[in-house]
Amino acid sequence: MNSVPSAVHARGLVKKFGDLRAVDGIDLDVPRGMIFAILGPNGAGKPTLMRMLATLLHADAGTATVMGHDLAGAPDQVRASIAMTGQFASLDEDLTGRENLVLLSRLWGFRGRAARERADQLLATFDLADAATKQVKDYSGGMRRRLDIAASLIVTPGVLFLDEPTTGLDPVARKSVWGMIRQLAGSGVTILLTTQYMDEADQLAARIAVIDHGKKIAEGSPRELKVATGSGVLHVAVAEPARLDEAARLLETHLGGSVQRSPEGATLAIVAKTPHDANAALGALIDAGIELADFSMGSPSLEEVFFALTGKAKP
Amino acid sequence: MNGLTEVARPPAPSAISNALVFGWRAVLKFKHVPEQLFDLVMTPIMFTLLFTFVFGGALAGSPGNYLQVFLPGILVQTVCFNAAYSGMGLSTDLGKGLFDRFRSLPIWSLSPFAGLVVGDVLRHLIAGGIILVIGLMLGYRPEAGILGVLGAFAMLLTIGFGVGWIFIVLGLLIRTPMTVMTIGFTFMFPLIFASNIMVDPKTMPGWLRAFVEVNPVSLMTTALRGCMNGTITWEQVGVALIAPTVLTLLLAPLTVWLYRRQ
Repeated sequence: MNSVPSAVHARGLVKKFGDLRAVDGIDLDVPRGMIFAILGPNGAGKPTLMRMLATLLHADAGTATVMGHDLAGAPDQVRASIAMTGQFASLDEDLTGRENLVLLSRLWGFRGRAARERADQLLATFDLADAATKQVKDYSGGMRRRLDIAASLIVTPGVLFLDEPTTGLDPVARKSVWGMIRQLAGSGVTILLTTQYMDEADQLAARIAVIDHGKKIAEGSPRELKVATGSGVLHVAVAEPARLDEAARLLETHLGGSVQRSPEGATLAIVAKTPHDANAALGALIDAGIELADFSMGSPSLEEVFFALTGKAKP
Repeated sequence: MNGLTEVARPPAPSAISNALVFGWRAVLKFKHVPEQLFDLVMTPIMFTLLFTFVFGGALAGSPGNYLQVFLPGILVQTVCFNAAYSGMGLSTDLGKGLFDRFRSLPIWSLSPFAGLVVGDVLRHLIAGGIILVIGLMLGYRPEAGILGVLGAFAMLLTIGFGVGWIFIVLGLLIRTPMTVMTIGFTFMFPLIFASNIMVDPKTMPGWLRAFVEVNPVSLMTTALRGCMNGTITWEQVGVALIAPTVLTLLLAPLTVWLYRRQ
């Protein structure tokens, strides 16, 4: 044990709420200095897992260390080395942005002027200096989220937990939060985030754990996850919507597996092991007289990965 | 210096320092939500005016005589009702996830409660002060002078501290602040009205008088009157403080247990 312990190391974590096993035996290893995403649909147990790792919930079974500190044995050391940004902005709405940060700086132990200086630095960094003296209840969703993340960085944490950092944000605010997360990771902070957005995990994370019903069903880099579900996916758009079912059946017969329909229902996607297989399947469609509006072969998106892993449509 | 460069943790602050920060938060709330002062004193002011001028003559011969008896009572009533605010604030904070942040900080885990106490003390002092001033303007005269008034306010703070635990426990259990207030008031109303605050119990039916005479609110009111009139006895102080002491001894540990259990 002379190597540096990983940022998060969990074995067999379980949390039950009555009969519901919200987290059902999860192992997790998050190396230091990485963005690690926990991806899953609503109700998969993401916030529960995160709250356990942040010492806010006791695990019913299993063990974990965070930055080398045992969750059950040394919760104070764990708290000193983490910061957590919950799904709902954990700020005092009645106070100004600056007062929120000064309050937290003082709780961390900055005194008087040092606390005010730390607050002002963070406000400037997160582009909130102009809104510093406004009450948080007058902030927009994006500003609130930025302040919330700033509030987690009063003291640079070993691990930053971000629970659904962009849920409910408009696309512009979302991009700016993504930029901030990347910048933070660049400065060496380990980030563990939960998300239900495939593109968010794909864009940000070096490693992804996919969880569903409290269990981890897959883990790897975005690339590995894509590879694990097949070398590629064939997308087919049928010109006549009436023949969609027929086309789906033909594709399934030729390629095996099952077809996933796009939400709008116009395109079909199915895993093809090789381009050759894909070619043969397309030939069969054309032989059957089904006219194609479009087709393409590509890497599976994380939506398709999730579908292949759980057999369910995207959450 | 950039906000994202590594910032190390300063030396850990003491529990008292943590508690003072939460007290500062309570003070800021007064600055930003001045409307709450209105909530704090409107009902007691209306009660004072209504009872003094409408009922006072009938109840005590003249409004002036009535006010002399009623004012210490309305102070007790005000403190008992205003004790709801910290429980409601707690319920709001817990519902919004603010406490998740506090609880994931390496601080003395009970320091947020110190902020509640500071908020309560401020509320009771401000509301009590305003009502006393209005009383003085209407002709109320505390016979025991400044010392009597100071003693009465010390007792009011003790009462508020004890009653506050009821609402804090409710605030920990209930996520809607309005429900905290409603349930708390349902419990407080009979105690406040079936007391000697507004009316001398000697005209009440025997069974009710028996209750009124042991009602902790009556005991507190009697002591407060005594304190401000200079007729206080140690026995009166003792029995008045039984309820706040019992509430604190029972509910403070329950609060800690409920909070840690979450």
